[in-house]
Amino acid sequence: MERIDIYPTHEYCGYKLRPGRPYPFGATIVPGGINFSVFSRSANYCVLALYTKGEREPLVEIPFRGMFSKAGSGEPVWGEFRIGNVYTMTVFDLDYENIEYGYRFDGPDGHARRGESGFNRFDPSVVLLDPYAKAIGGRDVWGKEPDWSEPFQHRGRVVYDDFDWEGDRPLEVPLEDLVIYEAHVRSFTRDASSGVRYPGTFAGIREKIPYLKSLGINCIELMPIFEFDEFENSRKDPNSDLWLKLNYWGYSTVGFFAPKAGFAASGRAGDGTMVADELKTLVKELHKNGIEVMLDVVFNHTAEGNENGPLISFRGIDNVTYYILTAEGYYYNFSGTGNTLNCNNPIVRDMVLDSLRYWASEYHIDGFRFDLAAILGRDQWGAPLANPPLLETLAYDPILGKCKLIAEAWDAGGLYQVGSFPAYGRWAEWNGKFRDGIRRFLKGEPGLLGDVAQRLQGSPDLYRGRGPTASINFITAHDGFTLMDQVSYNEKHNWDNLEDNNDGGNDNHSWNCGWEGPSDDYWINALRFQQIKNAATLMLISQGVPMILMGDELGRTQRGNNNTYGHDNELNWQDWTLVEKNAHLLRFFQHMIAFRHAHPMLRNRSHLTNTDYKGTGYADITWHGTRAWQADWSGNVVAFLLSGKHAKGGTVDDDFIYVGINMHWDALPFELPGLPAELQWRIFANTSMTSPEDIWEPGSEPVLQDQHGFTAAGRSIFVLVGK
Amino acid sequence: MDIRVQDRDGLKIAELVGDIDGKTASGVLDALAPIVSTGKGMIVDMSGVGYMSSAGLRMLLTLYRQAAASKSLLVLVGLSEEIKETMDTTGFLTHFILAGDIQTGMQAIKNEGRRDGTD
Repeated sequence: MERIDIYPTHEYCGYKLRPGRPYPFGATIVPGGINFSVFSRSANYCVLALYTKGEREPLVEIPFRGMFSKAGSGEPVWGEFRIGNVYTMTVFDLDYENIEYGYRFDGPDGHARRGESGFNRFDPSVVLLDPYAKAIGGRDVWGKEPDWSEPFQHRGRVVYDDFDWEGDRPLEVPLEDLVIYEAHVRSFTRDASSGVRYPGTFAGIREKIPYLKSLGINCIELMPIFEFDEFENSRKDPNSDLWLKLNYWGYSTVGFFAPKAGFAASGRAGDGTMVADELKTLVKELHKNGIEVMLDVVFNHTAEGNENGPLISFRGIDNVTYYILTAEGYYYNFSGTGNTLNCNNPIVRDMVLDSLRYWASEYHIDGFRFDLAAILGRDQWGAPLANPPLLETLAYDPILGKCKLIAEAWDAGGLYQVGSFPAYGRWAEWNGKFRDGIRRFLKGEPGLLGDVAQRLQGSPDLYRGRGPTASINFITAHDGFTLMDQVSYNEKHNWDNLEDNNDGGNDNHSWNCGWEGPSDDYWINALRFQQIKNAATLMLISQGVPMILMGDELGRTQRGNNNTYGHDNELNWQDWTLVEKNAHLLRFFQHMIAFRHAHPMLRNRSHLTNTDYKGTGYADITWHGTRAWQADWSGNVVAFLLSGKHAKGGTVDDDFIYVGINMHWDALPFELPGLPAELQWRIFANTSMTSPEDIWEPGSEPVLQDQHGFTAAGRSIFVLVGK
Repeated sequence: MDIRVQDRDGLKIAELVGDIDGKTASGVLDALAPIVSTGKGMIVDMSGVGYMSSAGLRMLLTLYRQAAASKSLLVLVGLSEEIKETMDTTGFLTHFILAGDIQTGMQAIKNEGRRDGTD
């Protein structure tokens, strides 16, 4: 039966209208038309501007309050399309594929201009982007310089949200079983060496799924894919047409509901639905191959910058709602990028929730990593909250109920919450202490063993009660050196960033192995690869959730640059010739990841107890040194034994696993602990050996000749399985 | 949008000329849906289609499903490189049999039929 409310009640300049529905916010296709709905508490006037796609002048501007004609009779009639603080109308007979839309807002009490402080920034001369736009035009093809004279730069589009999912749903892989791979959409396949048909795009990643599968990861974490403006704060070489700097990484959101059109090969068609289809197809194919998709989401600030920034959306709609402001009307800058989203304002909180629900339900996203998440726990005046409503809401949300929630548990305003992020039994954290502790340990710093032992066990000192899955274990991430640079540079080399080498962190805890930068020296290069393998081993045999930075498995370098956020070039692009050149390193990662998947003892959901609660004669974890059963906590040499009888809290049988770690510079003999009589030690990995004897395919580990001792070369790790 | 349909060797040959977008897609579907499953198969000649929007992609998928429901085959011929790429990146291409021209398209349907033992 047809609805009785799908007929127009009003007309305006030939467009048929009726009062809209306030929920959902945004532009929604409804029978016969499109329903528009937008919130502003501070405004008192709103106009809907409709454009033919790409046109400079609007087709029509329809006010939400004013004189209209009665549909049918044409009689003049006063109308107001607003419910509470929500402006909403349905416009009939629109070609949803071919229109773009925005809003003009006006309001009382001040119109602070660019450069001025102030609370309201209404400017009815500017058409603004809908905060809930599901597709955004204006940057459809990556790197194509926009027409700066165009007054409406980021243009809302309507998406037809059907998709043939073929029964797909989020994979719900247990968090402890994940191996995460952090990648940038464009960097992954942009380089010609990728050999893909659609370089630098969602479709390009789809072409590389066989590679991801062969590596063995089961979760890809995509650096920001919400619509952003690569030209924000861009700089062009005055002597050529080359861009010296772009907002390449994209940690600066324009719209929280729209995928980055320039990341879609289909973006050039200017069809928001196609962009959505391309991303959904990628998610579906990754899921078919057992790989989850996690998004790196940036809710701490927006692309509008501080008072000198552009008027794009939020600040022109309701500045005091969306941003944390000082008493003088300046923007607080806890994000280090100009403004701070007012996340614990109830309206903004709902927007964040709506956005995440949309990505989880509409795009089948498996989890989210929250950039500078400590900001999400600040109140409307910037003070840290004991019980932040947003974080609690997300943790208890029914639609996000199975999504992974991962916090970057610090912000640029000095709030550091690693180990203390409000978790509600859900939140995991990027474990910055794992990164820093393991980096220093790898350099050979003594006196760290107490700390390292905690990291290897999933940081029970930080996450007691939360379990090892609260700890995302990483040594490198997009911020900072790549793993190859970590072992090739003592200092950052950020001159290409045009900030006089002042940007990027100085606390890299890196060691160049004897020479700053690339070297022809055989021994230096051998040591570098050995150190990379040491790092990979520590990360992948630790309790918790490992995260690998894109390209570390290939020895990718950024030439010592530890903050490549602005470079659309080889500094960021994955060099696929390394697959062949550093095949031995890739093989090492593949086997090490497979080993982790093969051994549930490495993937416990609860912390190890250091006790033998099964009565097997072995505690779940025991600590050793060069002498079995005698750990020396003072140096930089340690070993541990995992008893497979205690895997998954003693519910699953696994092999014994022994890891000998010698971060001393010279070789040392390790006495091996004895196994139950029917078992033998087999060698799985020895980072000091050259390929193929550095690692064996899990299941094919050869029996050790000497079952009682093993000599570990200086700065090396060996891994044994007892079975 | 110009739609011409003819019968050849028990197959429907539908020739489309013009853009397939939100304005025209439903017209194409209305014209082809009733006949897509009446014979052994249908060939849609798209060499006259310059642009296809997401509404066009959906129309083709609907048509494909209707054909598949009655074990009829749908072959697309004469796709421009650009449309082919669009269908590839958005995941629609995998559903369809493609052929360079009508003759090879007809052969493709016959071959498929033989494989299924229905010819």
